[in-house]
Amino acid sequence: MTPVIEITDLTKTFGSVTALDHLDLTVEAGEVHGFLGPNGAGKTTTLRILLGLLRADSGSATLLGGDPWRDVATLHRRLAYVPGDVALWPNLTGGEVIDLLGRLRGGLDPARRAALLERFDLDPSKKGRAYSKGNRQKVALVAALASDVELLLLDEPTSGLDPLMEAEFRAVVRELAAGGATVLLSSHILSEAEALSDRVSIIRHGRVVETGTLEQLRHLTRTAVTVDVLRAPDGLDALPGVYDVRVEPHGDGARLACEVDAPALESLLTVLQGAGVRALTSAPPTLEELFLRHYSDDLAGAGVQ
Amino acid sequence: MAATTMAGRRTQAPAATALARFTGTGPLVRLALRRDRVLAPVWIAVFAFSAAGSAAATIGIYPTEASRVQIADTLNSSASSAAFYGPILDPTSMGQVSLFKMYAFGAAMVGLLGLFLVARHTRGEEEDGRTELVGAGVVGRWAPLAAALTWTTIVLVVLGLVTAVSLVGAGLDVVGSLSFALAWLVTGLAFTAIGAVTAQVATTSRGAKGLAGGLLGLAYLIRAVADGSADGELVGLRWMSPVGWAQEVHAFADPRWSVGVLGLAFFLLVSAIAFALVDRRDLGAGLLPDRAGAASAPRSLSGGLGLAWRLHRGLLAGWVLGAALLSMVLGGLVANLGGFVDEGMQDMLAALGGQQGLEDTFVAVEWSFIGTFFGAYAIAALLRLRSEEATGRSENLLATPLTRPRWAASHLIASIGGVVTLLVVTGTLTGFSISRSLGDSAWWSKSASAAAVQLPAILVMVGLTILAIGLVPRFAVGLSWGLFVAFFLLGEIGALLELPQWVMDLSPFAHTPRLPGGDLNVPALVILTVLGLGLIGAGVAAYRRRDLEA
Repeated sequence: MTPVIEITDLTKTFGSVTALDHLDLTVEAGEVHGFLGPNGAGKTTTLRILLGLLRADSGSATLLGGDPWRDVATLHRRLAYVPGDVALWPNLTGGEVIDLLGRLRGGLDPARRAALLERFDLDPSKKGRAYSKGNRQKVALVAALASDVELLLLDEPTSGLDPLMEAEFRAVVRELAAGGATVLLSSHILSEAEALSDRVSIIRHGRVVETGTLEQLRHLTRTAVTVDVLRAPDGLDALPGVYDVRVEPHGDGARLACEVDAPALESLLTVLQGAGVRALTSAPPTLEELFLRHYSDDLAGAGVQ
Repeated sequence: MAATTMAGRRTQAPAATALARFTGTGPLVRLALRRDRVLAPVWIAVFAFSAAGSAAATIGIYPTEASRVQIADTLNSSASSAAFYGPILDPTSMGQVSLFKMYAFGAAMVGLLGLFLVARHTRGEEEDGRTELVGAGVVGRWAPLAAALTWTTIVLVVLGLVTAVSLVGAGLDVVGSLSFALAWLVTGLAFTAIGAVTAQVATTSRGAKGLAGGLLGLAYLIRAVADGSADGELVGLRWMSPVGWAQEVHAFADPRWSVGVLGLAFFLLVSAIAFALVDRRDLGAGLLPDRAGAASAPRSLSGGLGLAWRLHRGLLAGWVLGAALLSMVLGGLVANLGGFVDEGMQDMLAALGGQQGLEDTFVAVEWSFIGTFFGAYAIAALLRLRSEEATGRSENLLATPLTRPRWAASHLIASIGGVVTLLVVTGTLTGFSISRSLGDSAWWSKSASAAAVQLPAILVMVGLTILAIGLVPRFAVGLSWGLFVAFFLLGEIGALLELPQWVMDLSPFAHTPRLPGGDLNVPALVILTVLGLGLIGAGVAAYRRRDLEA
């Protein structure tokens, strides 16, 4: 089966700025593909090239078997898009925008439209200028999700949504994926991609630096643990699944920091028992930290310290 | 909610809060200066150059008092000149003769600049969400409006002073030049304040400018009726119009400085209304609360063209209304033409084609203005394609099967179709009003052909605008309006500046036949049409081929 999206060696520059630097990306049919990267990494540029809004300098991009720059009208009938920053017409209501975008895509299912409005708790009779950022986002989401399409391109679709709506969004994406739709989900929130994606690609400085299933990328989801203890325990370095152990004096005791694979958390806690724990924080690493580590790994691998 | 906050505010110490509401005005004025640092000097230069250029050229052409009196008498006996520009009060005054086109019309343009600037820095900022950002800082509720009014006043005062200095440089006297600057300032400040009020009433910058611009058009029309009335019987009507006030200053004749007090009083009073309105509304809202709209789209809103219709219909309705009003007034003006001409002139005119020749000339001049202004509608409407892109709204649309050529075509149809609508309305209504007031049904067909020949030059303007959108999107707005102003000035003062014919011919409007009465130059119309369509095709192709820009 041919991939829904196949990008090879794609390069795009804006003046002196290189937005995409030989980017490769493959999205298979029927998968939810997380497209992760910090702000300015090139996620939106990639999506805009896939939509024919921007023209690539070199490299190739294939979308649903067609050329995204040339076959705009035929390809766009089969996909829906949610931009990261939704701009609405101040004097059109949300309902009018949803209908307009739906009709442009060849019509939408009224029952599904009504159900989505209900689920996202969106008032469609408000004028565009009266919506908050989150509600503008919902208008674009309902418009995209109510159309019957093969491919969804979502650019940071949950920005501005509250946690309840985020959960609703995830549920809808899962339903669509179960129905066979392909989803490319751009995000800088690791947990969002983790919750939805079958596979993930990580982009940094216009290049995909990691791609694979979540299992394969498990090493990227270590938890950062910082503990203040009276006595630093021995043998932490030897624990499987515990990395980067750093100990430094702190007050009359010590501060201990390390990164831990989720399954190894319990053995870490066992070792810490009796060490006189005074404070403990644990946090999933931010995406930026992952990239920084990925980068330092690259440097270490190349023999540079 | 608004009621409770207002009640709460009233209980606070009034003196302290009133001052506190202006907190932050200074930094906001500097912000406006930073934003307009290119725009403001360019406009000041255009105004000063237009005035001083006219003055210098006239001094060269009519050096003696006798020659000035002669040309002034000729102009004063022309109803079209009096209605469009106002009469020359003192034929012996070099300033009055050389700047006669700049009194009412120049003042109206200064008014346009004032309302444009004040709307840009109040409602425009608010619409883009920047006022919210600024308002969260240490900024009083009245500060954004106070800053916009201060900044606009600064620009207009500097404009007046630079113009006065340029006029002195061109050879006019100092006192006259200063009174002329005052005339412009009076009208400019009046419409600055009016713009400040419409910026509170309308919810978009476009709406605020449209509303204030409509009032400016009305004010201009009132003074045109006053100056165009037979034997000056309605001349008192001029006081009803802030544009007429500029004429009432009597600059370069026997200046009436007290009109400046009237202008200042009007400015302060109307500005106070604007400040009062600020207190009666929420940020981002207009005076009337937003009502809920339709929960689903009407059948008509189903594609690019349907959306374009929704986006353009408000602007078009305003223009149609204005054009209809103007057309009805025109009939009355034409009927009064005889009152302007003394017997000697009538004998001369009889030799040249008589009363009918006079009417033809008057209506032809009127139509050349109408054609040019409908060109402004075409540009304003078509630039919507660019603003849709700049605000990011095109992105979501073009991610649907709507292609760029179709989206561009939707706005081209709105722009050109709008102009055709305006021409049909104006052609029909002027035909009706003139043929009724003169009792001559030949005016139906005369009006129809005068309306029809305006379109080709406007097509060229449309083509230049879409080409700018296609090739240099970021400069499209400035470039289109800059070209329009340049073409307009070429037509207005090009001959006076004795520019070579080929420079004057650069303006597409220079090739529009002067109908009724003039020669119907069919080849020129065909060339303009072909050129316009070619430019449109090239513009759409360029828009198709480039990156969409935010």
